[in-house]
Amino acid sequence: MAKKESTFLNMLLALSLVALVSSAVLGFVYEMTKEPIARAKAERQNAALRSVLPPFDNEPAKEMYKKAVDGDTLYFFPARKGDSLVGIAVETFSPKGFSGMIRLMVGFLPDGTIHKIAVLEHNETPGLGDKMDPAKSDFELQFEGKNPKTFKLAVTKDGGDVDAITASTISSRAFCDAVERAYKNLEITKGGAQ
Amino acid sequence: MNQWKNFTKGFIAENAVFVQVLGMCPTLGTTTSAYNGLGMGLATTFVLLMSNIVVAMVRNFIPDKVRIPAFIVIIASFVTVVQLTMQAYLPALYKELGLFIPLIVVNCLVLGRAEAFASKNTVWSSAIDGLGMGLGFTMALFMLGSVREILGSGSWMGFKFIEGDGMLLFVLAPGAFLALAYLISIMNKLNRKNA
Amino acid sequence: MEYFVIIISAIFVNNIVLAKFLGVCPFMGVSSRLETSVGMTGAVAFVMVLATIATYLIQYYVLVPLGIDFMQTITFILVIAALVQLVEIVLKKVSPDLYQALGIFLPLITTNCAVLGVAILTIQDKYNLPEAVVFSFSTAIGFGLALVLLSSIRESLELVDVPEGMKGIPIAFVVAGILSMAFMGFAGLV
Repeated sequence: MAKKESTFLNMLLALSLVALVSSAVLGFVYEMTKEPIARAKAERQNAALRSVLPPFDNEPAKEMYKKAVDGDTLYFFPARKGDSLVGIAVETFSPKGFSGMIRLMVGFLPDGTIHKIAVLEHNETPGLGDKMDPAKSDFELQFEGKNPKTFKLAVTKDGGDVDAITASTISSRAFCDAVERAYKNLEITKGGAQ
Repeated sequence: MNQWKNFTKGFIAENAVFVQVLGMCPTLGTTTSAYNGLGMGLATTFVLLMSNIVVAMVRNFIPDKVRIPAFIVIIASFVTVVQLTMQAYLPALYKELGLFIPLIVVNCLVLGRAEAFASKNTVWSSAIDGLGMGLGFTMALFMLGSVREILGSGSWMGFKFIEGDGMLLFVLAPGAFLALAYLISIMNKLNRKNA
Repeated sequence: MEYFVIIISAIFVNNIVLAKFLGVCPFMGVSSRLETSVGMTGAVAFVMVLATIATYLIQYYVLVPLGIDFMQTITFILVIAALVQLVEIVLKKVSPDLYQALGIFLPLITTNCAVLGVAILTIQDKYNLPEAVVFSFSTAIGFGLALVLLSSIRESLELVDVPEGMKGIPIAFVVAGILSMAFMGFAGLV
């Protein structure tokens, strides 16, 4: 098969051409997919918000504010119906998961009561720690309607009120840690009840 | 070239996973379910098909000494295209497959086909080769994913047929190794019978 | 203290081969001889640490500032390929024996998912530079540990009567699976 000679010039030319063309193609694809990617991300976030908050009619993502906490960031999403605050969702995290970082979306009512919790991200063991996902077990249900003022966010082993997932104390602890972090940093702004 | 033979060799005789033992990392890492295995296989097939085509198109213009870097850039470009497209239109699958999507670029199967076949054959033959190898790879991933999902989660393609969990070992790391070991051994036996 | 967690996690709890499935190809190809395994680990460790440093710098000083994050895959793999070439040239000059012993496996480090994997993981897990160095080095140790374990077992396996259908790759994978199970016992160490 006749191939171009491996002279320095030829090699340089060939590589430069390949690099140029591929960069151009990639830049093009990047521009084309930028919007759909942003949209997909927003949709995922909105779905999580809708699942943990009582019904609202504003766009919480537009009023999002964040707070740097413990080396990472918490994101707060105020939800309103008309003019009144119906809840605030907090995107929280805990690095203490069994297999690393876990991220939750906790929906709080204006008085600090937990409405619902969604699991955004985790690497926990299937069949054990991954039961923190509401789709996989009833673990999350015990948090609903509880106010951390009176409901101690720790597993019973640590003197708290939370029933840990069987054989997954570490994952359960991390879950509590994340919810606790969200509650502690919850700042009710813009006409809240507290 | 017998294009039918060219196409089908990737499925049994020269199957990437069972015979050539290439691309093990994604094979073990993304087969926790049939759907994930299928998704990964198809993403890889796309890259394989496109890179084979492009490599075959430019095979006479790339000086020999720089062919590997050139192939790598071509392959990496298509991998990035897959990354961006998946993020935009299949974000859930993208999250599941995670690290393994960019790792397609080091899948020995893809670079291997570019080097061993696409750089020496016509565009049409290379395309068929890429498609056959890729779909054969997908088939292997789909099989392994199915085995692991059925045994490990008691479901298939997301459709659960038992209560609770199955033999969890299979959706964890050791299960991947074990399931693959037995699948390879069974496929080898079948291959030898047909040989 | 943080470094301790990274080290233990990378070597035992989240072993790159037995838990994360990266670096399996050379794992299967090299592990039939103990000596080559050790040599391979050294070469991989060298490339892995250098590659992690180089890609870290490129990510945070070039890609992010210029907003061309999506070029990550291409630039990372090119850096790794270049590094491997460099290592080959240096090794040929400095230690021709080791170069001979490693043979084909040296260029294969380029396609070692573990090297690219570690580079990407460093960015994903948001390590800073010192943490990245510790992480990549520990991962290489973990790789070597798994490799040495597997090759020792495989050397013994050659003296035993293995059923025909399981000879070679299948039995190696079964051993890897059992090793993986054993390593799962490290969970909870950190």
